[in-house]
Parts: sequence; C-alpha cells; structure tokens
Amino acid sequence: MKNDSRRGFMGKAFGAVAAVGAIGSFVAMKKSWDPLPSVKAAGFTTLDMSVYKENKLVTEKWRGKPIFILKKTAEMVAKQTEEQKARDIVIGDAHFMVSIGLCTHLGCIPAYKESDEAFKCACHGGEFDFSGEVTKVPPPRALDIPPFRIDGNTLVLGEVGPEYTAMKETGITL
Amino acid sequence: MAHFTKATSVKDWLNQRLAIEKVEKVLASEYWIPKNINFLWAMGMVLVVTFVFLLVSGLFLLMYYQANIETAFYSVNFTIMREVDFGWLWRHVHGVAASVVFLIMYIHMFTGIYYGSYKKGREMIWISGMLLFITFSAEAFSGYMLPWGQMSYWAGMVITNLFSGGSLHADGLVEWIRGDYVPAQAFLTRFFMLHVVLLPLAIIGLIGLHFAALRIPHVNNQDGEELDFEAESKKYLAGDKAGSKVMRFANDFMSKDMMVVGVYLIFFFYLVFYNYGFAMDPVNFDPADGLKTPTHIYPEWYFLWSYEILRPFSIDIGLIAFAFAQVIFIFLPFLDRSPNSVPANRRGLFKFWFWGMLVDMIILTSMGKLPPEGIFSTIGLIAALVFIAMWIVLPLITKNEKQVQGEIDEK
Repeated sequence: MKNDSRRGFMGKAFGAVAAVGAIGSFVAMKKSWDPLPSVKAAGFTTLDMSVYKENKLVTEKWRGKPIFILKKTAEMVAKQTEEQKARDIVIGDAHFMVSIGLCTHLGCIPAYKESDEAFKCACHGGEFDFSGEVTKVPPPRALDIPPFRIDGNTLVLGEVGPEYTAMKETGITL
Repeated sequence: MAHFTKATSVKDWLNQRLAIEKVEKVLASEYWIPKNINFLWAMGMVLVVTFVFLLVSGLFLLMYYQANIETAFYSVNFTIMREVDFGWLWRHVHGVAASVVFLIMYIHMFTGIYYGSYKKGREMIWISGMLLFITFSAEAFSGYMLPWGQMSYWAGMVITNLFSGGSLHADGLVEWIRGDYVPAQAFLTRFFMLHVVLLPLAIIGLIGLHFAALRIPHVNNQDGEELDFEAESKKYLAGDKAGSKVMRFANDFMSKDMMVVGVYLIFFFYLVFYNYGFAMDPVNFDPADGLKTPTHIYPEWYFLWSYEILRPFSIDIGLIAFAFAQVIFIFLPFLDRSPNSVPANRRGLFKFWFWGMLVDMIILTSMGKLPPEGIFSTIGLIAALVFIAMWIVLPLITKNEKQVQGEIDEK
C-alpha cells in the first residue's frame, strides 16, 4: 500500500512536470510559426494619386499583395449607386476605386476588363463591378479596401485615416 | 536469463541474438494469404515500390534543391535539370511517382470498397489507409510548393486561404500558417520542412500501422469468405498445399505480387522516359509572381474531384462540402450498415452505389479541370450534389440489404 501511494505520487508529480513542459513547448512552437517582426514592420506604401488615368487599372504592391487602383470616369461616377459611391476614395475631385486585388473567395487576382468595366476571376468564376462589388458568386463580399490615409495628393497604405475608419465602422470593408 | 552457446554459424549467431528465423516466419513464410485473390491484391506492393522510388529520387533532389524564394526555381529548373548528371531522371521519377501513387491509391481504395474489405475486423485497415491518403495529400501539396513556380505560389495562396474558414475570417490563422501576409520565404521553408521530414515520418509510421492492422483480420478474398487461417495454415504445413485455402506470403504470394510489380514498372518507366509531361504543369515553369494570377488555376488531377466539390457553391457552403468530401471516406465502415462483406455486385442496391460513386468521381475530376463556365459549372454542381447525396443515402440502402453472407460461407 505504502509503495502504491508512493508510486501514485511520483506518477502525478511527473505528470505535473510534463504538463507544464508540454504547455510551454506548445507556446514556443506556436510563436515560432508567427510572422517575423521584420515581416510585420515592413509595409507602408505611399502612392501619388495624380498619375492615374481614367478606366485604366493599375496594380500597386503593398505587403506583398496586389493593390488595384482604378480612377473612375465621369460616367461611372454619375451612374453609380449609393453603395458603390460609399466605396470611393475621393482625392480632390477624382474618384478612385482602391482595393486589395485578391478575390475574397480564395485569393486569386481577378482580371479587369475595360470594355465590361468589371473584374473577372479565372479561378472559380467570381465577378466584381468597377467599384469592387460582387456581381457573381462564389466571392462572399466585395473586394477588401486596405487601410489608408489621405495626405493631400497622396495615399498612404498601411496607415489608418478617418475615411478608412468610417468605412470600417459602416461595414463597407472588413 | 537468456543462455547463449557458442555459435555454429553466422545464422545461428544472429538467431541467438535476434531470432531472425522466427522473425522471417512471422513476417513472410508463415504469414498467410488467401489463394482466392486477383491482381488487384498486388496494389499494396505496387504502392510500397512507388514509395521507395519517391524516397530515393527525393534524396537525390534534396542534394541540389535550395529552399530559398530567390533560388528555388533555378535550383530545380537549371541546376537539377541541366547541370546535375541524370538530375532530370530524379525529377521525372519523383514527379511521375507522385502522380501515379495517387492513381494506385484510388485503385487500392476502390478495390477495398468493391470487395467490402473495410468490414468484419478490417476497419482499422481502412481507417489507417485513409489516414495515409490524407497524409500523402499533404505531402503532395507541400512538395508542389517547392519548385516555387506560378502554380506553386497560387496553389499555396488558394489552399492556405481555405483555413480562413470563409465567413469566420480567420486571417490571423492564415498568416500564422504562412508566416507572412502572402506565401513568402517563411512559407517556403516551413513547407520544405514538412515535405522532407515531418510528413515522410508520419507516412512511414502510418504504413507500419496499416500493415499491423492487417495481421489479425488478414487479407480479404474475392468472395469475402471468412477463412479459419489457423486451420488452413495447419493443412498447408501438413503438406496439403492444394487443399488449403491459403498460401505463404513469401515466396508464394510474393512471386505473383512481383510479377504485377514488373508489369507496373514497365508502365511506370514508360511514363518517366516518354510521357512525363502530364506530371509537369507548363504554368509551373514560370517563376512565382505574387502580382500575376495564371489564367486558370487547377490542382493536379488527383485533387480535382474534391476541388470541384468546393467550386460551385458560395464560399461557406463550398468549404463545408469540401471538408465533408475530405473526411467522409474514413467513416465508410460505419456508414455501411450491411453485415455483408461480399463483392458489390452481389449486394443489391450497393452495387449501383459503388459504380455510381466511381462514375461521379470521374465526372467531378473531368469538370474540375475545365474552366468554371456555362454547362460545365452546371454538370459540376449536379455531380457535387450527387456525391453528397450518395453518402447520405448509404446508411439507408445498406441497412435494408438482404443478408447473403451465410450462403457464401457454406459454399
């Protein structure tokens, strides 16, 4: 009996030591897989918004991701609905569609067709209109808008300005 | 206390220390295989041989491959393909074997389904086999990342995005898996680790489990007959080889097994030398570019059926359907409620279920390769719905199945 209880105690003591060690090592393993500080710290992109031409899609790069910049034509601005308009980034009197150029389904890059004024994704058949709203599933939501701050004629991606905060609060982007 | 005597031969010396004769009997000459089988029973050995090819060719590729996003593409397409003598051979063997191993696995699986080899004590064989299939899928995917071409990059992007769980938006989890916002250096190096160390270790362990699971229930036979292996093996050892329903694993069964392997090897090396193109996607001969998606992204042929189940639905339903397709085969022994473990053609409605499932998976596979437009989208959607519906009706049709086991066993 005495021996049994002693073994029982030793078993539990080992179990406790092993459990602490296991939890500790899982924390270390999880953290070792996290993005490195250098990866996180990199990534503010400043764009001069005066260079873009109407209905010509330009793809910029931010944090390794493609960023769509589309300067809307006067007709587009005139015909767009309130919902489409709410997604505009207005600099001076120019209206821009700025979004992360990855399909919200599984992350392929949709191609822009100027004649259709629409984005089409080759991977799974999703489509978006010129303001980035979904017109054909599977994508679950409009193209995401990256964090931005308007600074005069330039746009800083990665910083959060009041216009972006407003979009986030109203649920226009994630 | 073990007692050792002066050895009379090298064999005796080893026998005293390692019991090699006993081990040989347990593993080979007195491991009993039913006689009533056909060439489909050789697929296990074909898979072992293919796995060895993957291992050996992989070792040679590993000596020149560089897991760096700047140099990976060139280390494969220039160093290995152009500079290393016979480097092309290792790459083509590796690529062709990675593709063919799935073909053989599918044949192996459907053989098991047809002959009911997942029932009556053989459940663990089936489950360990399906775990092997899943681990091989992860191995194939991680290996596909390594050449760091356009298909590597975009397949990596799409597949890791699956882990965001659709509307759950678990972007943090996706970034954690990648170690970056997009597939980059951290991503390549960790998938390299998975491909060359962790997953192969898991595969080797699971192969051990798969073989161990066979020992007690033994291999099934063409009629699903329940054999008394004890009695049949005694009959064999007593000299009644013709009357016994079993034979030795080695050399009896192995000689037939290796005959099939021989035919397979001719087919395999025909592919390696003359027709390796199917395993080498042309799009992957462009270096990875995060700012340009290829026009059509599709997985290798062996993933097309499950990819097609993902594609026609909105993201959340698609992900649920995809997850369903990935795991449902594991539960086959429990979803099939019939006590019969006989070939599908003697099992009433299950016969139609078996052939229906096979045809549906072939349709899903062909639709998955085509662009998601027009009629192909519709056929794909219907085939995906049929796939799910068939698994839902399986317990119902098998529950009411007429018992046929008795007649077979009496025969």
